[in-house]
Amino acid sequence: MCLGIPGRVAEFDDINPHLAMVEVTGVRRRINVGLLEDERLAVGDWVLIHVGFAMSRIDEEEADRALEGLRLMGSGFDEELAQLLETDPG
Amino acid sequence: MRYVDEYRDPELARHLADRIAARVEPDRHYKLMEVCGGHTHAIYRYGVHDYLPESIELVHGPGCPVCVIPMGRIDDATAIAEAHPEMILTCFGDLMRVPGGRGSFLDARARGADIRVVYSPLDALRLAVDNPDRHVMFYAIGFETTAPSTALTLQRAKADGVTNFSVFCNHVTIIPAIKAILDSPDLRLDAFIGPGHVSTVIGNRPYEWIASSEQMPIVVAGFEPLDLLEAIAMIIDQLSDRRAEVENQYARVVRDEGNPVALRAIADTMTLRPWFEWRGLGSINHSALQLSERYAEFDAELRFDVPGVRVADPKACQCGEVLKGVLKPWECKVFGTACTPETPIGTCMVSSEGACAAYYNFGKASRQRVELKVKTGA
Ligand code: SF4
Repeated sequence: MCLGIPGRVAEFDDINPHLAMVEVTGVRRRINVGLLEDERLAVGDWVLIHVGFAMSRIDEEEADRALEGLRLMGSGFDEELAQLLETDPG
Repeated sequence: MRYVDEYRDPELARHLADRIAARVEPDRHYKLMEVCGGHTHAIYRYGVHDYLPESIELVHGPGCPVCVIPMGRIDDATAIAEAHPEMILTCFGDLMRVPGGRGSFLDARARGADIRVVYSPLDALRLAVDNPDRHVMFYAIGFETTAPSTALTLQRAKADGVTNFSVFCNHVTIIPAIKAILDSPDLRLDAFIGPGHVSTVIGNRPYEWIASSEQMPIVVAGFEPLDLLEAIAMIIDQLSDRRAEVENQYARVVRDEGNPVALRAIADTMTLRPWFEWRGLGSINHSALQLSERYAEFDAELRFDVPGVRVADPKACQCGEVLKGVLKPWECKVFGTACTPETPIGTCMVSSEGACAAYYNFGKASRQRVELKVKTGA
């Protein structure tokens, strides 16, 4: 919950600008990006995701670090990543 | 050093360790509290202790959302779910095993209650939309990191006119918890390692009083072991220079002003509770959030009868002391024997962000050293 999962914005929803398809470890997942509405997010940007919401914009290097960190952190975070990829909040 | 090869830049780690060692004052013992459970996890995972001089003690703080939920709040939600057969109770996976006075959500599910794990509050809302003949209650937990997600979900529920959805709100706020720690007579701290992701929401300004009134350094840190080492080096620098400032080691993610959109969403949907009972820390004034009047229709506590159960923690459980940083996990009498991640007695053993679970999973290797350090240092 406390560690964000990095993802890359792949496309925005046509109807709801607060929704975007974000690629997380190669899998596409719908994410709410409403909390970053002031950031002028663009396709290709990296974000940190907490419980289905993009919480901060990060750069690619930070995304790499965060992902590596999550991988090393072990079980509790594997679970969170699996949940992120399995569900679709729409 | 167990995980040295896993540090992104072992050279830099050593450099930081040298910088810290060079600046600690002889005969001085340092107690630094990492407020955030994610930091606790990272510290044990990477053996950050192993890089520090004996005189620096890392004390674990209360920043683990699952850990601070009192048993009664589990029982309350179970009671609501059991009294309403049409209800689907939803929560994050971490919460399922948290023991209440009448068992955990897993136990309640075994007794027949419909309790489901969701990854996001939006999943709970979607479940409500897909099941119009059921009521979906979301058990919301977390500090300011997750409160905005609940807030946006509530805004969405209202905008879409969803009527079979409610939130059982247990969101807590970090600043009153830090105040409570500072007011606790059992513990003298020298500085704080500030939480990373909470700060992306609230920014750095809410910590100013720690530096100005309490004269204590606080350095907001990222989650890499190198981040933690750098933050500790910054703290030791401040202490050696007799400075007390708010510094931001995690500036690549955290901004001074936080995230104004997130703060507005929280302010729209939630207000401060007069008080909230924290596990182990007791009742703390203005330390938690409830739904605001505008969102009263979604407030599970207004919609349903809440028994308001208050259960004392089991006698054997010393989570309160662990959450305040007074006890180390392994000093709890039941640690690793009666209390394990499989059979938790207290909350700190449940979540991967809890100090007991982190220590149980990763800490054993450096246990003897750390134990020794505490004995000689304190
Ligand atoms: S070992 Fe178990 S009971 Fe003891 S403090 Fe940790 S979680 Fe609580």
